[in-house]
Parts: sequence; C-alpha cells; structure tokens
Amino acid sequence: MKVYLDYSATSPVKNEVKKALLPFLENNFGNPSSIHSWGQVARTAVEKARTQVAEFLNSKPEEIIFTSGGTEADNLAVRGISNWSAKGKFQISNSKPHIITSAIEHYAILRTCEYLEKNNLAEITYLKPNKEGLITKEQVKKAVKKNTVLASVIYVNNEIGVIQPIREIGKMIEKENEKRENKIYFHTDAVQAAEYLPMNVDFLHVDLLTISGHKIGAPKGIGALYFRKDVPLRKIIFGGEQEMNLRAGTENVAGIVALGKATEVLRDKKYEIRAEKTLKLRDYFIDRVLKEISEVELNGSRQSRSPNNANFYFKYVEGESILLSLDLVGIAASSGSACTSLSLKPSHVLMATYNNAERSHGSIRFTLGEKTTKEEIDYTITNLKTIIKRLREISPLGVK
Amino acid sequence: MSKNISSLYSKKVMEHFSHPRNMGTIKNPSGRGRVGNPVCGDLMELQIKVEKKAGKEYIKEAKFQTFGCGAAIATSSMLTDMIVGKDLKELKKISNQTIVESLDGLPPVKQHCSVLAEEALVKAIADYKKKVKQ
Ligand code: FES
Repeated sequence: MKVYLDYSATSPVKNEVKKALLPFLENNFGNPSSIHSWGQVARTAVEKARTQVAEFLNSKPEEIIFTSGGTEADNLAVRGISNWSAKGKFQISNSKPHIITSAIEHYAILRTCEYLEKNNLAEITYLKPNKEGLITKEQVKKAVKKNTVLASVIYVNNEIGVIQPIREIGKMIEKENEKRENKIYFHTDAVQAAEYLPMNVDFLHVDLLTISGHKIGAPKGIGALYFRKDVPLRKIIFGGEQEMNLRAGTENVAGIVALGKATEVLRDKKYEIRAEKTLKLRDYFIDRVLKEISEVELNGSRQSRSPNNANFYFKYVEGESILLSLDLVGIAASSGSACTSLSLKPSHVLMATYNNAERSHGSIRFTLGEKTTKEEIDYTITNLKTIIKRLREISPLGVK
Repeated sequence: MSKNISSLYSKKVMEHFSHPRNMGTIKNPSGRGRVGNPVCGDLMELQIKVEKKAGKEYIKEAKFQTFGCGAAIATSSMLTDMIVGKDLKELKKISNQTIVESLDGLPPVKQHCSVLAEEALVKAIADYKKKVKQ
C-alpha cells in the first residue's frame, strides 16, 4: 500500500486544474504583453484568473499580484513595505521601521526579517508562542511601537498546524490604527490555510495575504499576494512593467490559470464542508495514536488546529529513523528532527514552542489531503505501532 | 515510483538498519561507552564483554543501543559486527572511516553519524582498561 500523508509539503494537481492549464502550454502559448491575438488570449486568461483569485479572497482583482510562489509573496509583503517605509518618515526621524512577527513563521518570513535586521534595514520583534503554539492578540498589541509598520503572523503553521487568531489580531490592529499617525499593515501567510479555512480578507481584517498554488491543487511555481488598495507596496523584482509594475517578469500564464482555477474549485463548496471529511479522519487518527501508543504527545493545540494536521512527539525515538521505517512500508510523512534537515538543526517551530531538542527529535508530521481514506489511516496506525516499538527497543532512552 | 528515502542509503546501511545485529545490553559488561553526538544530539551506548585467551584479550560479546538516525543505527550495528572476535590490539584499526567503508558509504550529511560509533568504542575500551587496573 502507498500512503501519502505529506499534503502540507505539496499536493497533486487537481484534474479540473490540469484541464484548464494545458491549453496554455500548447496552442495558447502567447505572451500577455504582446498586442497580437496570441498575446491577447493569454492576457484575457491572466485577468480571468486574477478575478477568480479575487473572488475567492473577497477582494478586487487589482489587489492581486501573481508571484512565483508563497516564498516570493512573503518576501514582497515584508520587503515591499519596509522598502517603502525606510525611504519615508523613518529615515527622516532617524529610526528604522519596526516589524512584528512570530518565532514560528515559515522561513520565507523569518529569513527575510532576519536579513532586514542584520542589514540594519528594520527592527524586528519575534513573538514567542505559548505551549499550545499560539500567538495572542495581546502579545501583538504589547509589541506595537511608534515606528511599527507591519505585523506578519502565519495563519496556519506548516509544521504543527496551529491556527492563529488572525481575525482577532486584525481587528485589534485596526483599532490601534485609529489612534495612530502611521498605519500598521497586517500580513498573514495563509499558504496552509487556503484549503480548509475562511479566506475572506474582510472577515480576517488583513491588509496583505499570501497563497501558494501547489498546496491547493495547482502546480509548483505559482503563488499570489493580496494587498489592500491603500497598502504602499514597493517592488522587489526589477525589469518589465508586468503585474501593475509591482512584479517584473513574463507572467507564468499556465500557472496563473491553474491558480485561478484551483481557487474557483475551492469556492464551489463552503470551507466547513470542504474540511468536514478530513477533520473527522484527523480526529480519528489523533485519538487512536494517543490511545494505542504509549508516551506520545500531540504537538500544537488540539482545539485551534488545521483539519489536516496531526503532529506527534514519540518519546525516546528519533524522527529520521521513523520516516525511514515508514517509507519502507510505503508511507510518506515528515519530521522536525535535526537529523532530517540539511543544517542538522531541530525544527525552529518546535524549539520555539517547547524549547526541548529531544521533542523535536522525535516529532513526526502527518498531513492529510482530500484523497486520504480511513483504510490508509488504519494502515498507518498499524505500522506506526510496530515501528515505534522496534525503535524504542533499539534506543538507550526510556524505561525498558 | 521506486525511489524512496531508503535509496539515500546503500543496501548495506538499510540491511543493518532493518535488521540490526547485537542490539541490546550485556549483563555485567566489562566495559561500556555512552556518547552523545554534539552535531545533532543523538545518543549511543556500547557495551562489551572482554575475555582473555592465550594471553590475548579479545571481544567476546558486543551490544549497542542507539537513539538516532538510520545512519547512526546502521553504523552502531556494523561496529558491533566488526569488533566481535577481535583482540583489543586489532581494534585500533577500526575507525569511523573503516565502518563507513564496510557499509558501502554514507551520504555526505551523514558522515558525522559514524563518529558516534568510533567514540563509543574508544570509550568502552577505556572503561574496560580502567576497571582492569583497579
Ligand atoms: S545521528 Fe543525527 S543525523 Fe545521524
């Protein structure tokens, strides 16, 4: 049996999406910037996709910029705003723009902030999550300074699946902004949220939001940034004047069409309905593992948790050897262990949440998708029990 | 899709990972070496039973326990395989390099894992020698 439980890493392209994009690799290959008919067919397709994404997010088409993926969209949000503000009043008043973010962001945000900090381009506050992996609106509020220009908090954490209170933070920032001279813009990386959670930007009270194609059934290499009309965004990639002069480079037409279609497919059903089956399977999975395997803990909040994420800490065993054993029986998952990363460092998310290297070592993430079945979960649990038992026998840790 | 994580490792590594030799502990071992890997934080314990025969000291039994990645488990297992039956002088020839070679190599990021096995051996022998002197 082959069981793919790594949907947060990437997902297969959905059938309807594939059908929509193929013509743009074949006959409709034009460049949207060309004025001839080939170009105009491509242009029309790009603008249709922009409308589809906008409708999905309840925004306007001109508030959507297509990018090469979630990472670029995150970069554009953070650097696009800090570039603007560094040139503005903060240069005059001799202070740097201040950005609030969390210690459990995706590297696309974290490394960008670290870059700005190291090069003296911004001042950054990294908020620590509580033991559930949650960031509170009070924490964000406390971190606000006179020179704060941006807050960026991940909607659903890619490792432990914790859903952050984006709407509450957004509303709080809106209130703060009423009494401020310079506005704080609020960004969320919603890459892991798009499939199963509300994505209405007005409901969420966000000014910027990132989505990625390959997590929702479009191919890799396409993403988008939503930015509210009044956000003073500056470009970070220079060249031609594509994407309202905010993102240079010939459009990835097929990818854009695919992303548009993928969001349209999601919009067909309400998010609660999309999440229903996965949520049930996830709960079944978590309940059984916690009950049937000893010395296991769930990483991240149980209540405020993405419907597709189960992340366990198996004491006394190391993640890579678990992944390897799972792989031998055809099951795909991922791990926060130092031994599975090229840098040989434990997961920054687990470390920020639990401050326990051993916990990161023994943590495995399973992420479900629309095709996941109960049989697959049963098969995974059966194998997991044998694997954990065997590796614990090999391990010098724990009681024997 | 015939490729999987296990194809990162040689057949021999997977063999030792799936069917580790000499796993466990020894009652009243002659020496033990417990070492941690500073790079990634893994742990290994080696226990040896030394016996004297015809004026030579040789390893009668070796057992290991390892908390670590596939490479760490495989090198631990290989080490015990390599040292059983050898006399202590011969053991000087065993290094992490010779263990890695016997496993038909390890991926570059995993080279450090084999150091654990070498250090555990050195420590276990030192522990034995200390006990003999007492
Ligand atoms: S022991 Fe940690 S990477 Fe091998």
